[in-house]
Amino acid sequence: MDARGASLVSIVDGVRAGAVSAREVTEQFLDRVARLDRALGCYLKVDDVGARRRADAVDATRKAGRDPGPLAGAPIGIKDIFCMRGVETTCASKILRGFVPPYESTVTARLEAAGAVALGKLNMDEFAMGSSTENSSVKPTRNPWSTAHVPGGSSGGSAAAVAASLCAGATGTDTGGSIRQPAALCGVVGMKPTYGRVSRYGVIAFASSLDHPGPFGRTVEDAAALLEVMSGVDPLDATSIPAAVGAYRRAARAGREGPTPLAGVRLGVPTEYFQPGMDAEIEAAVRAALDELARAGAKIVPVSLPHTKYAIATYYLICTAEASSNLARYDGVRYGLRTAEARSLEELYTKTRGEGFGAEPKRRIMLGAYVLRAGYYEAYYGKALRARRKIADDFSAAFTACDAIVTPTSPVPAFKFGERIGDPLQMYLADILTVAPNLAGVPALSQPCGFTKSGLPIGLQIIGPALGEEICFRVGGAYESRTDWHTRLAPEVA
Amino acid sequence: MATDWETVIGLEVHVQLATRSKIFSWSSTAFGAEPNSATDPVCLGMPGTLPVLNRSAVESAVRLGMAAGCTIRARCRFARKHYFYPDLPKGFQISQFDEPICEGGAIKFRLKGEPRAIRLTRIHMEEDAGKNLHAAAGVSFVDYNRAGVPLCEIVSEPDVRSAEEAAEYVRAVRTLVRYLGIGDGNMEEGSLRCDANVSLRPRGSEKYGTKTEIKNMNSFKNVRDAIEHEVKRQATLLDRGERIIQETRLWDASRGVTQAMRSKEQAHDYRYFPEPDLPPLVVTELEQVALRASLPELPEDRFARYTREGLSPQDAGVLVADRETAAYFDATVAAGAPAKRAANWLINELLARVDDPRKLGEADRPVPPTALAELVQLVEDGTLSGKLGKDVFAKMWAERRAAKEIVAAEGLAQAFDSGALEEACQRVVAAHPDEAGRFKTNPKLMGFFVGAVMKETGGKGNPKAVNEILRRLLG
Repeated sequence: MDARGASLVSIVDGVRAGAVSAREVTEQFLDRVARLDRALGCYLKVDDVGARRRADAVDATRKAGRDPGPLAGAPIGIKDIFCMRGVETTCASKILRGFVPPYESTVTARLEAAGAVALGKLNMDEFAMGSSTENSSVKPTRNPWSTAHVPGGSSGGSAAAVAASLCAGATGTDTGGSIRQPAALCGVVGMKPTYGRVSRYGVIAFASSLDHPGPFGRTVEDAAALLEVMSGVDPLDATSIPAAVGAYRRAARAGREGPTPLAGVRLGVPTEYFQPGMDAEIEAAVRAALDELARAGAKIVPVSLPHTKYAIATYYLICTAEASSNLARYDGVRYGLRTAEARSLEELYTKTRGEGFGAEPKRRIMLGAYVLRAGYYEAYYGKALRARRKIADDFSAAFTACDAIVTPTSPVPAFKFGERIGDPLQMYLADILTVAPNLAGVPALSQPCGFTKSGLPIGLQIIGPALGEEICFRVGGAYESRTDWHTRLAPEVA
Repeated sequence: MATDWETVIGLEVHVQLATRSKIFSWSSTAFGAEPNSATDPVCLGMPGTLPVLNRSAVESAVRLGMAAGCTIRARCRFARKHYFYPDLPKGFQISQFDEPICEGGAIKFRLKGEPRAIRLTRIHMEEDAGKNLHAAAGVSFVDYNRAGVPLCEIVSEPDVRSAEEAAEYVRAVRTLVRYLGIGDGNMEEGSLRCDANVSLRPRGSEKYGTKTEIKNMNSFKNVRDAIEHEVKRQATLLDRGERIIQETRLWDASRGVTQAMRSKEQAHDYRYFPEPDLPPLVVTELEQVALRASLPELPEDRFARYTREGLSPQDAGVLVADRETAAYFDATVAAGAPAKRAANWLINELLARVDDPRKLGEADRPVPPTALAELVQLVEDGTLSGKLGKDVFAKMWAERRAAKEIVAAEGLAQAFDSGALEEACQRVVAAHPDEAGRFKTNPKLMGFFVGAVMKETGGKGNPKAVNEILRRLLG
């Protein structure tokens, strides 16, 4: 087996059939990480001991004649926002340095129970705040397609690791595009499911009502296989949805069947998502993808999401308010960083938080505290909640006229390090095409749909109605089976 | 002439709900565990953990609201209230803000025999914080066992008019909580806590004066003393023409004064917003019906019933003060004891022997209601005199034996049957012919004869029967 470029599904098939052991797969990927990650900076921590233990358990189960699980031996990376019992979890923040959770996130518990082998923790923007992974307090992660470029963010480590085959799949979280945008910039598949579809228990909160855990894969079916395991109601998350989990893998495969697998499917194209300022190469690639989807039998229809222009402002009001609240617990009292010297309780707080948080969390805490201050709730947060409702209603209305909505994922391809980091507003606009599905809580998939002339990946976004993951996977599977973007390999730099 | 100041008090009472697990997580709420042993990642506010609402805490809050006559919200939200303090693990408390679960209603009680109803603004649910323990030399510890214990905060309208009334109000809240079995209402252990908003205004004025908030009162006596002190302090200032500063003041019980908190500790902007980790709380019509049906007979309803049934308001008040006393009383009556007698025995004998009336509800109490009823019957039917009855009761209490058993074993029964008693009376009348002759003009001599008969019978004669026989013989 060649680990480079191998799909997660093909690896699992091999392990389940006994063609290769989970331990062998794990060793190959650990070896790749050891050789290649120095140049990319995807991993914050490689848990080789834990990975081998998990792999051996899978092999032992199989040898004992028991089912080793639907993800048997799948080598995966875990965004460092998911708590794993006994494994340092920091959210790439100084303030959580040394924090070892005594509990496990529901997502990682379910993945392990399904036979997946977590190799380690992946880099990210600190507390998932950013669109380039430049906000990691530890190190930058480089885009495997061009190391001068960012991988996107905040799940930049996850996207880059999958693109470079430093794992076959990964977990991420998407609060305003943090799975889809790096997936687009790194040329892999990323899926943000319906809000509540995947439990948030043990996933360190950035903005509670917007945080969506989800998977990364090399292929649509890889992402579907991971999501099928990650999904489902969780008694530890009161916002998780008690609906049955869909057959995502089957939906992804259904998209590959026959000459017109999308016959009868209406795909909406919102005019508001094709605005001046969009990169011409990206627009061309997405238009070409729409033509391909039409050839697969889909009917392309124009739709309107008229409140799209309020999405960024609404998003930043809500996410900063919730972030300022969620980050209040990092006070140096119970865990993580505590300032070396504090002469009073107030100093303990101000120094610990001053030293522990990077610039972006500080910026958002201040914005959020401003948004929520007494007497201004209605003017800011209350108004944002009303705008959010309008944006969600836009989607509901659009989905009466179409089955899924197709747009670009990011208005621009990967940018260079430092290009936007000094301009927060410009950085916030990187989310312009991805934030609305978070506000509406609807599922959205990003998959490769081409490359720029300079060789940077371009992403296609497929948005479905609430609990409509299956239509996203079906459309994505159909597109993927007719194109070969997903088979291209990023250059290898040792 | 000095202004006649009217005291205006509003109270905020926090009641810990005695659920098995915490309001948003699974660790125990038991009081007195090893510090930080009754905790879990959720109540410690560990990163990535999420609250899940404990339905039994909701049921307790709804029942409390129903008992106080509140309107129950069919759908409400929790909110985050932000401030930094080491005992608050998340940097915010999950509470309720603009959508409390209960609104309106009143707490009813009697003050010096007069019925009072203090209106409620609201009752809302929230989580308790941990506890800071200040050791010597600038070292502090935090115990998070209490973090996440469910609380109901009961907010009254400014209807309370005196320190004494405030203390009685808090007592009435405790009684209600105990009747409902939703908490133990122990002020000393902090399972019932009270803050008071106190202000004065010239009597007759509609406008409220500037208020101060008094905290740290951990007994009924503290509540009364602290408010009394604060009322005097404010009156002195106002009489001098000075102004009251709106502030929070802490009661120092050892020094008997209230003192202002540092103003910095008071400058809070709680930045409330709806708790995004909890979906709206829905209490269905069906649940409300079931919870309403689960309410016990409430203290003031019981008081009305007892007085209707002929008990004095004083006795009825004593009986309803604790659910266990009232239940004991009802059981004694149900076992055949006349109400008035049962009340006397219960109040004078049983309550005198227990330090906490709640012990009357314990399974191993020395004298169960049926046993008391038996004793009351023995006295009623003349088998025992009142005095002997008391002696027997003392033995019952000390030795856990039944009244009839003691009477039989010790030959205490008023063994004189009517024939023997008749003879004894005849002997006494015959022995005192002078007095018998004077009886017609001086009925007060009856006492003399009864005493003599008692002496003759060794105290075992039933006084009622003796009276009847003597009246006949002398009449």
